[in-house]
Amino acid sequence: MKDKRQMKNLININDEHLKELENEAIFVMREVAAQFEKKVLLFSGGKDSIVLVHLARKAFWPARIPFTLMHIDTGHNFEETLKFRDDLAKEFDAELIVKKVQDSIDNGRVVEEQGVNASRNKAQSITLLDAIEELNIDVAIGGGRRDEEKARAKERFFSHRNEFGQWDPKNQRPELWNIFNGRKHPGEHFRVFPISNWTELDVWQYILNENIKLPNLYYTHKRKIFKRNGIYLAWAPFMQLKPTEKVFETDVRCRTIGDITCTGVTLSKADSLEEIISEIAATRITERGGRYDDKRSEAAMEDRKKEGYF
Amino acid sequence: MKINGKIKNKSLLRLTTAGSVDDGKSTLIGRLLYDSKSIFEDQMEHIVQSGKRLGREELDLSLLTDGLRAEREQGITIDVAYRYFATPARKFIIADTPGHIQYTRNMVTGASTADLAVILIDARKGVLEQTIRHSYIASLLDIQHIIFCINKMDMMEWSEPVFKCIKAELALLVNKLNIPDVHYIPISAKYGDNVVDRSENIKWYDGKTFLNLIETIEIRKNKNPENKRFPVQTIIRPHTAEFHDYRGYAGRVAGGLFKPGDEVAVLPSLLRTKIKSIDLFGESLSECSAGDSVAMSLDDQIDISRGDMLVSPHDIPVISQDINLMVCWFNERQLKVGGRYLIRMNSNVAGCIVKSIHYRMNINTMEQDFENITINMNDIANITIKTSKPVFFDPYKKNNITGSMIFVDEGTNETVGAGMIL
Ligand SMILES: Nc1nc2c(ncn2[C@@H]2O[C@H](COP(=O)(O)OP(=O)(O)OP(=O)(O)O)[C@@H](O)[C@H]2O)c(=O)[nH]1
Ligand SMILES: [Mg+2]
Repeated sequence: MKDKRQMKNLININDEHLKELENEAIFVMREVAAQFEKKVLLFSGGKDSIVLVHLARKAFWPARIPFTLMHIDTGHNFEETLKFRDDLAKEFDAELIVKKVQDSIDNGRVVEEQGVNASRNKAQSITLLDAIEELNIDVAIGGGRRDEEKARAKERFFSHRNEFGQWDPKNQRPELWNIFNGRKHPGEHFRVFPISNWTELDVWQYILNENIKLPNLYYTHKRKIFKRNGIYLAWAPFMQLKPTEKVFETDVRCRTIGDITCTGVTLSKADSLEEIISEIAATRITERGGRYDDKRSEAAMEDRKKEGYF
Repeated sequence: MKINGKIKNKSLLRLTTAGSVDDGKSTLIGRLLYDSKSIFEDQMEHIVQSGKRLGREELDLSLLTDGLRAEREQGITIDVAYRYFATPARKFIIADTPGHIQYTRNMVTGASTADLAVILIDARKGVLEQTIRHSYIASLLDIQHIIFCINKMDMMEWSEPVFKCIKAELALLVNKLNIPDVHYIPISAKYGDNVVDRSENIKWYDGKTFLNLIETIEIRKNKNPENKRFPVQTIIRPHTAEFHDYRGYAGRVAGGLFKPGDEVAVLPSLLRTKIKSIDLFGESLSECSAGDSVAMSLDDQIDISRGDMLVSPHDIPVISQDINLMVCWFNERQLKVGGRYLIRMNSNVAGCIVKSIHYRMNINTMEQDFENITINMNDIANITIKTSKPVFFDPYKKNNITGSMIFVDEGTNETVGAGMIL
């Protein structure tokens, strides 16, 4: 960031509204704690779920987080993410459950995609729904935000899922004021999104204001990458390359972190939150513009969500 | 939310669109984002491609909010879409709601949290039943600010008499509705006239553009410090060595200003105690006010659970089992006298039975129907209910949070109605 004063303005203007968003998110978390029995917080190791954990700590201090952290591990995650996840659970004395897509493949619940664009991203839904059923989970808190994607823009805070784990976007329950109706029949569950109203910039500014620790992947680092359909993807040994694709090493950071096969990286030398914020404030591409999973079809996210995706 | 309070300027403004089907709500929001350069390149590319696939001849900005497959195919909005944008003056949360009567419940969903309603009128069609219904719902929800956008002026030769005629009709409606702050703008959402940029075609209009208006409108929020309301959401008991005896009552302030040392009455027991501390994440706060999520600890050990409320001893809410309220009905199954439901108000849940239906609002005439009334989906009515236990509440006009409730069907678990207490 060149102009420190401008930076300060950008942050100060938004303080009051960040406080309002925090108040709202804490309120939602407490409703979840009060209305449900078996509660998990879907923890991906990405910034949104890290912010969720922070908000949960704030909501219930000085008690422990009343949610079990649950990670759906595709087996194609960055090493750093897994270490960060384990350290965080230990530091905050939180219960952690890890469910592996590999197990769903091994027991025949999931058929692995083949070919160069193969990704386990979609398969996560099956592993997740199986875990929800197996553990009798009532509610799964997620870090989804309405500004991320056009189907997400339609989601309620308390989003009902039928006994097949499906979302019915054409027939959502009305949600009035801040009165949340979490009643359901056995076998059904809810997804709850406390940071529905946050934008990407809000999340980054909050991380800065609250001094929240993030994996180093979010800051600039050297990495082997290649370009596919205009998006830079991180290279990993299990990824198949097309003949024209060349792997090279350069300075990058992640704007979102998910499964390696679909997480785009940004060419960047930003090594502080201030620099990241100013890059994001100036960018002309959405955060999910670099997500390969959303590019598969017109309504890729809507379709995945109907099937039970995060 | 409420008048006679302090004025909040540079914060978050929540606005909702409303108005009849096809009046151009989604197009207006698309245009607002487009002309204020708030659309990202990949979003733009996406709606251009979708428009082509759907066979639209021109750029269709409604595709920015109509994100569901079914919405794009039918060219209508089905459920609320939320959009976020910021200018140097303000941050906005926009709820773009459907105009179709069938989806009134989704319109109410979007409007229930709004500070400001933008109601569109198609200049060719003038005031329609849905225009009236949505204006009435906005007034019931106690939305203090309405902007009427007379849209599609391009199709009426930018005619001033057309605008004036619709404005006069709306003014009559507003008189019946009791909305304190009302504005009228002639626009073309499709071509951008008076949305972000001043229109070259409507020289006779010298008021503000839409963007300028929403940036500068002064939003009144409820800041009456005496109307103290703190509904308890959950109890925090850490059971650790360090905080062995800590007992925090967690919740979000629904009204007034609280300070450590303040005397409070606990409902429903009416026992009194004092606030020992107001906590948030290890910090002791010197005060908290409406909207703040905090945890309070109290001087005395009193039995308090979720659903109870801490209030000012000098301004106690109504405590009763009989509630007279306005209800918006959302369900195919009729609301009937004798019907039993669960109600949820704040963190409190009670059973209720519908005792009487006084009248149904006739949206076309804005009069009250008393004879042979049935309450169907999308109707608005005045009813009395009896609750299974005493509950505490304020009139909705006094406090939107402690004066509102939802009706839940115990069989289906659906949310079937919204109530605003009179
Ligand atoms: N000529 C003209 N057409 C417009 C204008 N605004 C919107 N339209 C067209 O009117 C049609 C309906 O627009 P939408 O924005 O989808 O209407 P809506 O109010 O969001 O409709 P619902 O959400 O389904 O209630 C589309 O074909 C628009 O292109 C305008 O200012 N001028
Ligand atoms: Mg629309």
